[in-house]
Amino acid sequence: MSNSETTPGVVPGRLADAAYKSNFDDLYGPLDAHEAVVAADRCYFCHDAPCVTACPTSIDIPLFIRQIQTGMPKAAGRTIFDQNILGGMCARVCPTDILCEGACVREAAEGKPVLIGRLQRFATDTVMDSGAHPYSRAPSTGFRVAVVGAGPAGLACAHRLAMNGHDVDLMDARPKLGGLNEYGIAAYKAPDGFAQAEVDWLMQIGGITMRTNVRLGRELALSELQDDYDAVFLGVGLAGVNALRAEGEEHDNVHDAVDFIAELRQAPDKSKIPVGRDVVVIGGGMTAVDAAVQSKLLGAETVSLVYRRDQAQMGASEHEQLHAASKGVRIITGAAPLRVLGDGVVTGVEFAYTEQGPEGLVLTDNTFHLKADQVFKAIGQRLDEAPGGLQLDGSKITVSGAGRTSLPGVWAGGDCAAGGDDLTVTAVAEGRDAAEDIHATLMGQASVAAE
Amino acid sequence: MADLSTDFLGIKSPNPFWLASAPPTDKEYNVRRAFEAGWGGVVWKTLGQDPHIVNVNGPRYGAVWGADRRLLGLNNIELITDRPLDVNLREIKAVKRDYPDRAMIVSLMVPCEEQAWKDILPLVEDTGADGIELNFGCPHGMSERGMGAAVGQVPEYIEMVARWCKQNTRMPVIVKLTPNITDIRYPARAAKAGGADAVSLINTVSSITAVDLDSFSPEPSIDGKGSHGGYCGPAVKPIALNMVAEIARDAETHGLPISGIGGITTWRDAAEFIALGCGNVQVCTAAMTYGFKVVQEMAAGLSEWMDEKGYASIADFQGRAVPNVTDWQYLNLNYVAKAKIDQESCIKCGRCYAACEDTSHQAIAMSDDRVFTVKDDECVACNLCVNVCPVDGCITMEQMAAGQTDPRTGQVVSDDYANWTTHPNNPGAVKAAE
Ligand SMILES: Cc1cc2nc3c(=O)[nH]c(=O)nc-3n(C[C@H](O)[C@H](O)[C@H](O)COP(=O)(O)OP(=O)(O)OC[C@H]3O[C@@H](n4cnc5c(N)ncnc54)[C@H](O)[C@@H]3O)c2cc1C
Ligand SMILES: Cc1cc2nc3c(=O)[nH]c(=O)nc-3n(C[C@H](O)[C@H](O)[C@H](O)COP(=O)(O)O)c2cc1C
Ligand code: SF4
Repeated sequence: MSNSETTPGVVPGRLADAAYKSNFDDLYGPLDAHEAVVAADRCYFCHDAPCVTACPTSIDIPLFIRQIQTGMPKAAGRTIFDQNILGGMCARVCPTDILCEGACVREAAEGKPVLIGRLQRFATDTVMDSGAHPYSRAPSTGFRVAVVGAGPAGLACAHRLAMNGHDVDLMDARPKLGGLNEYGIAAYKAPDGFAQAEVDWLMQIGGITMRTNVRLGRELALSELQDDYDAVFLGVGLAGVNALRAEGEEHDNVHDAVDFIAELRQAPDKSKIPVGRDVVVIGGGMTAVDAAVQSKLLGAETVSLVYRRDQAQMGASEHEQLHAASKGVRIITGAAPLRVLGDGVVTGVEFAYTEQGPEGLVLTDNTFHLKADQVFKAIGQRLDEAPGGLQLDGSKITVSGAGRTSLPGVWAGGDCAAGGDDLTVTAVAEGRDAAEDIHATLMGQASVAAE
Repeated sequence: MADLSTDFLGIKSPNPFWLASAPPTDKEYNVRRAFEAGWGGVVWKTLGQDPHIVNVNGPRYGAVWGADRRLLGLNNIELITDRPLDVNLREIKAVKRDYPDRAMIVSLMVPCEEQAWKDILPLVEDTGADGIELNFGCPHGMSERGMGAAVGQVPEYIEMVARWCKQNTRMPVIVKLTPNITDIRYPARAAKAGGADAVSLINTVSSITAVDLDSFSPEPSIDGKGSHGGYCGPAVKPIALNMVAEIARDAETHGLPISGIGGITTWRDAAEFIALGCGNVQVCTAAMTYGFKVVQEMAAGLSEWMDEKGYASIADFQGRAVPNVTDWQYLNLNYVAKAKIDQESCIKCGRCYAACEDTSHQAIAMSDDRVFTVKDDECVACNLCVNVCPVDGCITMEQMAAGQTDPRTGQVVSDDYANWTTHPNNPGAVKAAE
């Protein structure tokens, strides 16, 4: 190891091997059986519990926690999976501080919620570690459904459809299934190949045929899918990234944060990933925070995250922000990039402080500049290109009800669909609900045809 | 600072906290350490005749837990001391000599023959012990041999043995009662009739704590079989308090000194037993759960509470609750209360709502934004919501003032006392009026 945290430029191997291992290891780790029972004992089994309302997939949280408390973690896992087949991933990645745990009455009582996320992981791990898949398929309906995009939305949709007896073709442009579970989520949230293990476990339901490396708009056309299948679900996420629209954006070592993160997730050896000595991340969401934290974990000496609005408006939850700060990321809010400095290769970024004007955010004359040898842009993703003929709502697909698009027989859910937060758990809920709506629609058609 | 010292049957101790006859008092090593920790006295683990009994060589205890595995109830199948009589006597003598200011009571259980008692009493007297406690309570093992609860369940035997003891020793005699009987007043009256100086209660309650669902053996399991044990700890306190109160307010036994036992875990439990008439208290499970040090919390807490209330000595509040224990038929039916939920401290768990809506009187309203309020026109003041609420003091029972109209019954609250004996719905009362 010849490089260190202070080596100039964008270089790999800034840290000792052991540091990479511990930096990218499981952030919180599993609860052991004793810890789980102690944590479960704190649940009050609330009436019409606020945590359930706060969960986008409406998991019956008091019930599953009581099942853990009474020594039945597998039954607890089943309670979770009934509502959320990706309950294992959600247990690891959900911003629980703004979802279930934020609503926990013990948060109100003592500022210390029941550890719902970690209990969920305990229960789902127990089921998944047993290897068995707890669901089986209903008798075949003979219907065929195309699910495009195998992120959380597509996976949840495909599983529920298969369970209801439909045959599913699950297609994705990438070589691996999982969407951002595989290519986006911070490495330390789902280490040890959890995303693929979860996909494999979920596929045990049967009735789902996978097709990877096929892209809607290239190998696939929506109109053909409509002709070939009884229904189509689109869960293509947001493959495009927003441009900075600042001078100098084209300099070397200015990257899209999502690409950096995807590369990082796929790298078996993190010491091979080059990272700058002085890293600047532009943005305020989960992507920005993850890019910043992971740059630091790769050994960058300084990492600054700059967000143009105030802290309260950051997409990343307070817990995520605190985590970033604890890893040494400096968070600057209320500043927007004016120009990326450099001569072919980036050397810094010039920012202006912002102010809330009557017409929106305005730049002030107060500027500053940050040294940078690597810059990550994380100012939001958008639909790459809208599959032909679909009505859009801004940059997302317009949906009504349980994900019905403007085209008959076509449903959409997850990040690509308008409305809802861009979260894994929301994508799962939307995929599941679309599947039930597709099921009801197809079965309704079948009974009309039979009459 | 309040004076915690007590004089129970002439036996003085620096505080009312004695260790009950049980494993904590089974040997010199323990008792010395207990006295160093601050216990006011001990009742030595029950002595029997030689050859000494034997205990099982497997688990003796079963348990019931609350949240966070807090021990709420313990059960045991242990017998009386399993060490030779002379060893125990020698140790008792040595400890008493070194701790003359502490109470040293010796618990005894020998067969129901006068000679057996005549033999053992002088040996105990010789140790310098302050008194004896007759173990008529042990519900397992000894009772099958005609001792322990087998005696305690037959008032005539209690009276007979108590009398033998009084006739054969100058030491004060305490009769320890078993709760495994239908009416505690009968054995208490028998003890008094036999001349006993005091009663102590309760011994353990016959129990099976659990069944192993793999082996289908009761717990604690000895080679696949289990036997009922004796239950103690916080779970039995309500049973003990009631039995103490029954004896304290019974015309025949009123004034008979009582040593209170059963589930005493904190200073507050002790104060409650004393308020119901006990002259001191005995503790076993709390010490077995937390160690001897718990007595320091008990003594400090009791002292502070007494200071706050202005009680200079234990006698100042002893028995103060006894006149307030009455029969149901004398409770004031004109007393009307309503539950009230303090919105400030409410954490919106909704447990009061579930309890009242599903199992009681549908008297709690829940709004869309989870504000819980009591419907006075439905609330019968049963107290269930108070009991299930996780926040102490959040729900209270508010008495309605005389002159107000109870929205549930439409009747004006009266400050006259009126009970069941005179209530129009009482067939007995109607008859009396005819
Ligand atoms: C860096 C990062 C970190 C995040 N961290 C968190 C977190 O900690 N917690 C959390 O709750 N959320 C997090 N999110 C958000 C979360 O990952 C997404 O909301 C969620 O993955 C959306 O699921 P989806 O199924 O809609 O889309 P995706 O997960 O994006 O999956 C879409 C799939 O569609 C495929 N696809 C795209 N276009 C096509 C096409 N034309 N043809 C065929 N296939 C196509 C893609 O290859 C992909 O597999 C994070 C997002 C990012 C970017
Ligand atoms: C393991 C064990 C052994 C006991 N042995 C005796 C005994 O030998 N003699 C006796 O009078 N009571 C015995 N008891 C009963 C206790 O003295 C006491 O009456 C009972 O445990 C209730 O008090 P507690 O709730 O504070 O434990 C025993 C209790 C336990 C737990
Ligand atoms: S006191 Fe009883 S009836 Fe009244 S609100 Fe509470 S639970 Fe309901």
